[in-house]
Amino acid sequence: MPVAYIPRTRDLYDDFTPYRWVENESAPFTPLTKPIAKCRVALISSGGIMYRDQPRFHREDASYRRIPIDARRDDLSVWHFGYPTADAERDVNCVFPIERMRELAASGVVGELVDPAFSFMGGVYSARKIRDELAPQIVDELKRAHADAFFLVPA
Amino acid sequence: MTSAIDITQSVTPPRAVFVNFPLGHQTGPPDQPDLQRRIVTDAMRAFETITTPATIVELPYVWDANDRSWEDIDYTKGWMPARPSRDAADKLEAERQAKFRRT
Repeated sequence: MPVAYIPRTRDLYDDFTPYRWVENESAPFTPLTKPIAKCRVALISSGGIMYRDQPRFHREDASYRRIPIDARRDDLSVWHFGYPTADAERDVNCVFPIERMRELAASGVVGELVDPAFSFMGGVYSARKIRDELAPQIVDELKRAHADAFFLVPA
Repeated sequence: MTSAIDITQSVTPPRAVFVNFPLGHQTGPPDQPDLQRRIVTDAMRAFETITTPATIVELPYVWDANDRSWEDIDYTKGWMPARPSRDAADKLEAERQAKFRRT
């Protein structure tokens, strides 16, 4: 059985009122109109990835980073308070599979990759901030980039 | 992708793929590019195979067939290593900035 994180969150933060998770009644859905092998795909991670000297994330931070799609592993850093980041720091592909996506574009599994990729720090308490501040900015980026689909990887 | 099925069932994104791995490893363990590539390829294929909104596809990969203890520890008190002090964190950040401005 996969871990149930809602009760775990309640226990871990038992000093606080239980978190009110977003509850949606239905899912938006846009069917793919062409094979993924012909799509422009954007990579996004909520794992807190930064490129070179981009500013570090901090708590309640709804900012995002643009990561050049050709970024080298050595140019990437991780900051996130909500998960153990040692493995991501060692191999960023654990939460931000940028090298793997480049391989899939080269081998034709996906059409092409949007440049840049994006990352934010998902440990933000305020769902409203994500919905009203961060998400619209990412949507604008994806529209400007003519993305057909985006691949959002959580931590 | 999703790393927490119960939260995702509440939020209902259009489509999601899940691997039963510890938090922080949803696209695979470190230094295992073949497994990472299989996970990401399966996720790309799911764009084509998921046709019902809010579907969550679970992939069959196993973190460690001989040791499932992580499932009892993940996201419980004491699961995270101690965080650096404020001063230590500021120092690490200054070093990161200096490193990238030099190179």
